Amino acid sequence: MTLYVAKRLALGLLVVVGVLILTFVIARVVPGDPAASWVGPHATPQELAKAHHDLGLDKSVPRQVVDYLHGIVVGDWGVSIHTKHSVLSDLASRAPASVELVVAALLIALALGIPLGLASARWRGRAPDLLVRFAAVAGVSMPVFWLALILQLIFFQKLGILPVAGQYDPNLDYTSPLAAHTHMAVVDALVEGNWPVLWSALQHLVLPAVVVAAYPLGVIARMVRASVLETLGEEHVRMVRALGFPERAVFWRFGLKPALNPIVAITALVFAYSLANTFLVEAIFDWPGLGSYVAASTQSLDTPAIIGVTLLIAIVYVVSNLIVDIVQAFLDPRIRLS
Amino acid sequence: MTEVAALPLVARRRALTRALRRNPLLLSGALIAFLLVVVAVFAPLIAPHPADAGTATNPIESLLPPSWHHLFGTDAVGRDLLSRVVFGARISLRIAGLVLASSILIGVPLGLAAGYFGGWIDSVIMRVTDVFLAFPALLLSLALAAVLTPSVGNATIAIAVTWWPWYARLARGQAASVAGRPFIEGARALGVPPVRTLLRHVLPNSITPVIVQASLDVGGIILTAAALSFLGLGAQDPTPEWGLMVSQGQSYFTTQWWLVTFPGAAILVAALAFNLLGDGLREVLDPRRIERR
Repeated sequence: MTLYVAKRLALGLLVVVGVLILTFVIARVVPGDPAASWVGPHATPQELAKAHHDLGLDKSVPRQVVDYLHGIVVGDWGVSIHTKHSVLSDLASRAPASVELVVAALLIALALGIPLGLASARWRGRAPDLLVRFAAVAGVSMPVFWLALILQLIFFQKLGILPVAGQYDPNLDYTSPLAAHTHMAVVDALVEGNWPVLWSALQHLVLPAVVVAAYPLGVIARMVRASVLETLGEEHVRMVRALGFPERAVFWRFGLKPALNPIVAITALVFAYSLANTFLVEAIFDWPGLGSYVAASTQSLDTPAIIGVTLLIAIVYVVSNLIVDIVQAFLDPRIRLS
Repeated sequence: MTEVAALPLVARRRALTRALRRNPLLLSGALIAFLLVVVAVFAPLIAPHPADAGTATNPIESLLPPSWHHLFGTDAVGRDLLSRVVFGARISLRIAGLVLASSILIGVPLGLAAGYFGGWIDSVIMRVTDVFLAFPALLLSLALAAVLTPSVGNATIAIAVTWWPWYARLARGQAASVAGRPFIEGARALGVPPVRTLLRHVLPNSITPVIVQASLDVGGIILTAAALSFLGLGAQDPTPEWGLMVSQGQSYFTTQWWLVTFPGAAILVAALAFNLLGDGLREVLDPRRIERR
């Protein structure tokens, strides 16, 4: 077991180093002359030369790589061009809102996806199965930015029942001000017992969370279906069926439990994908997270900011993968021994 | 999947026809996908105002709601939206085709080499794919597209760079599974050169899963390309790209709903059709593989 964990950790570290090198290549090598994009099109040759020196471009490439890696490790992720703040502090203040959004979305996806997947497997080949499979494929085929706009049009513009901008109603700052502990409005309001803000925050969360939930919902429903059907096809379940147990008992007693194991793994993997999907959604809902930060950064060609977010999410992805692998190895000896 | 792949061609084709009849999702996906290809190929004949897909503008006809003359309405500079959506099919399908072709050309040979030779070649190639697969596809292509000049071509390159590792993985698995079989050992013992063995014996065994994966990926590529253009990192005006059209319609959409609705619906329909097709194909040709994306 220790050997397996050590091996996985070493491999994870190797991937992180690879990720750093790849982001270095994207930030420094691909653009041709990063100094030119840094100073803008109207710069004098002196300014360009100064930018060359300031960015360390006059040094050898291996030297630049070492400087870059060193900067990442000590927390110097560069300065954002559009906010003028250090990228790392921007990320720290933006990440919580995105995490709040993605967690809410994953809760919706799990609450709907598991029952839908089960129903689909229970009535395989019949109408409920077809409906769920269609809905699941539609979920993974959904252009989320379009879904966001359409839902805004329906629930805000036409029906006027749900708000569409920000984390909670800013007017509440006068009547019941909220101290920002975590930058997650729902959590902060709960901690302080600030009920008006909590109610407003939940209303503001509904639409963006539903939009971000579309993709994981499809993935989870499909996965639950496949996994239950696989279990039900196994020898021991067929044996139980042959002994004359009714199909309902076979399904709930023997099909369900083993089929739910992979959900933890798939949810962890889908987390990073959903974080990337917020890039397309947050700006539409004026949600103050990483997604709006990336959208604003692409408008101003803010390479340090974009690379910072890329790096952060890739590291989150590698680490969650690692945790999933290790947890699964704990639960299932076949993995660590193979 | 090897059993299925080993079936003679006729039997496979028969299984496919039967599945089409039994599986309405696969059938509808295949039909819509076929229609999309037809629309893309014959766009100049189908679009009522082909010039509007290019640089033409008609300011007096701007922002007209859908009518018999303009079924999808017109945009801010008076271009017929239906014509632009029709031409958009060309752009999305061309991007998907180019990304798939380059991903397969890069990924499959690397994967075959890794699976067949094993050892350090395998380790190096697989660690490199690990690094690329540590990024969600949208994230890496966004970072790349952001440092390149925004254009359809550069968005295509950015997506292809993130896509090839999946094919390397897939081909490696196939190659590794046949590398130890008697007919490969026989070829090796007879002194057949490795490149020839790979081309004649290992590659044909990997074709079916690659086709299934490719049909599954078209939807994802169309979505990623549309997302890049929506963020301003892909197609630029006046290119009739669906994601760009949604983004252009965004500022008018509270009053001019058609500007966002139709191009976005086109993205959904295209991605849905190819995903239904790919899902169905996988169930028919490749029943045991469970995807992880």
